[in-house]
Amino acid sequence: MSSSSSSSCLLNDLINLKLSETSDKIIAEYIWIGGSGMDMRSKARSLPGKVNDPTQLPKWNYDGSSTNQAPGDDSEVILYPQVIFKDPFRRGNNILVMCDAYTPAGQPIPTNKRFNAAKIFTHPDVAAEEPWYGIEQEYTLLQKDTNWPLGWPIGGYPAPQGPYYCGVGADKSFGRDIVDAHYKACLYAGINISGVNGEVMPGQWEFQVGPCVGISSGDQVWVARYILERIAEIAGVVVSFDPKPVQGDWNGAGAHCNYSTKSMRNDGGLDVMKKAIEKLSLRHKEHIAAYGEGNERRLTGRHETADINKFSWGVANRGASVRIGRETEKAGKGYFEDRRPASNMDPYVVTSMIAETTILWKP
Amino acid sequence: MSLLTDLINLNLSDCTEKVIAEYIWIGGSGMDMRSKARTLNAPVDDPKKLPQWNYDGSSTGQAPGEDSEVILYFINSQSCQIDRFGIEQEYTLLQKDVKWPLGWPVGGYPGPQGPYYCGVGADKAFGRDIVDAHYKACLYAGVNISGINGEVMPGQWEFQVGPAVGISAGDELWIARYILERITEIAGVVLSFDPKPIPGDWNGAGAHTNYSTKSMREDGGYELIKKAIEKLGLRHKEHIAAYGEGNERRLTGRHETANIDTFLWGVANRGASIRVGRETEKNGKGYFEDRRPASNMDPYVVTSMVAETTILWKP
Repeated sequence: MSSSSSSSCLLNDLINLKLSETSDKIIAEYIWIGGSGMDMRSKARSLPGKVNDPTQLPKWNYDGSSTNQAPGDDSEVILYPQVIFKDPFRRGNNILVMCDAYTPAGQPIPTNKRFNAAKIFTHPDVAAEEPWYGIEQEYTLLQKDTNWPLGWPIGGYPAPQGPYYCGVGADKSFGRDIVDAHYKACLYAGINISGVNGEVMPGQWEFQVGPCVGISSGDQVWVARYILERIAEIAGVVVSFDPKPVQGDWNGAGAHCNYSTKSMRNDGGLDVMKKAIEKLSLRHKEHIAAYGEGNERRLTGRHETADINKFSWGVANRGASVRIGRETEKAGKGYFEDRRPASNMDPYVVTSMIAETTILWKP
Repeated sequence: MSLLTDLINLNLSDCTEKVIAEYIWIGGSGMDMRSKARTLNAPVDDPKKLPQWNYDGSSTGQAPGEDSEVILYFINSQSCQIDRFGIEQEYTLLQKDVKWPLGWPVGGYPGPQGPYYCGVGADKAFGRDIVDAHYKACLYAGVNISGINGEVMPGQWEFQVGPAVGISAGDELWIARYILERITEIAGVVLSFDPKPIPGDWNGAGAHTNYSTKSMREDGGYELIKKAIEKLGLRHKEHIAAYGEGNERRLTGRHETANIDTFLWGVANRGASIRVGRETEKNGKGYFEDRRPASNMDPYVVTSMVAETTILWKP
């Protein structure tokens, strides 16, 4: 029996085999969203050669009865490949493929939110406005067997919030190796990850994806989440997207959505923004209903949130539902931030709904 | 310990023409794999040029002590061009000293099935490094491994070999099993091909065998598929007897299996003995899946028996 360090080296050598030296074949990891709307699933297949274009990838299928998406006696759910990213785990010419799910008859299954979002983004009025999104994905790292946040003492709590936001040090920053590995892995994959930071609650982190145009925002956020889950799996740590993982005087986790259209980015944009925010205020309840389960535990009006029942907006106001940056106010154009979405929101739903309300909907 | 790894990874071709050949065979239980290595003077491409060898059959339950030599013949794949197989090999990873599934709390159970199929995360996927190493190692070796996925029971995985023609399906599956045994050995984890490793509300492990002949893949093939399935239905008991030990613990009619005493087929039906895919039904041609074989089946037996019953046997 070999010692554990030499055996993990040998295992790593196999995992890191450079297949392109002996074969043209590549491995494609097909990724989809499971029956809960938040669980990610994936499986891999071999393909005879390198592929750059998702339209050249074969459709596939999976056992929907094992993911709560089909009955056992009619279990096939079809995967349509939509976007290709480079695989940071297998490297070489191997790829990750983000898919959405359909019945054999070609209908999107109920949990397929991408289909509807794509319809909204291809509407000529929406496409003409080139909607840009920057999503700030917060998440909490948990210890595996206790589901208690990483770095927290079992059966107890760390010192109160204060030192942890963007903090550094073994007593303030828990899990940076996961965060840094994720950052590089996403850049390698081709995801437009724009930054990372440690969050206010210890063990909580944030990464930002954007600016992305239209449906690409949802695609990239989902694949970034998948890569994060894979990296945490390697590290033996659990990722939580719960919007309020610990009750009490601890920040929740959100997915603030920064948004602009072509008109907002041009001169006179501030007025366009104010009209858009007004429309959002008129559909506050509808948006909140679609902004993530359990958000009422997070949007309390404290801990840098606005109360879930009230719509408010303000310049540089982190206690508002929608925030406009000082720079945007000064320039008279730019973007605004919808701070309401929870960390467990579906980016396909949120991004398309904001576009739909602000561009298509008439009060 | 990196000194040991350095030595294991010595690049011999830098200093010698000699190569090492690992001869692999199946031992006395029908499932235990054995191997030993020898040096050859130079690289060999053609199995016909390999020397025959022998081993001590009395140590593998395959020969008496006083006449213990068993001769190893290389495999010469003269395969029939007509039948094609794809085998979905399921298997379970076990913690070494307790023989309890990998990732399960010792003395207890994980949360119920649901999150694990194709799942991702430290609380859902146990042993992915073994699975990924195996995938690349098989491709490197030239085994036609077509895919992998995490299975419904936590700690259980599946890889697929195929499409392979005729006897090469059996060859490739055995080699893929051997490579997996070697990798789990490195990882200090035990590999199980038991068809129902944990009784109760936990899926078993199978080796679904996908099959087609040339005519089934051509126009009008769907009718031939139905005829073939009918013949298999008439020999259900004989097939079941050859489809792996302990299969009665697995084929209960629950957990995506058909009951062992019932022969049933259906389109997209995972509770059937034989499943025909929706695409095959739509196109009027393709292949079908025999879901009855257990994970510990012998692919030589199963593939040849399916071909024999559907092509040669007359009711």
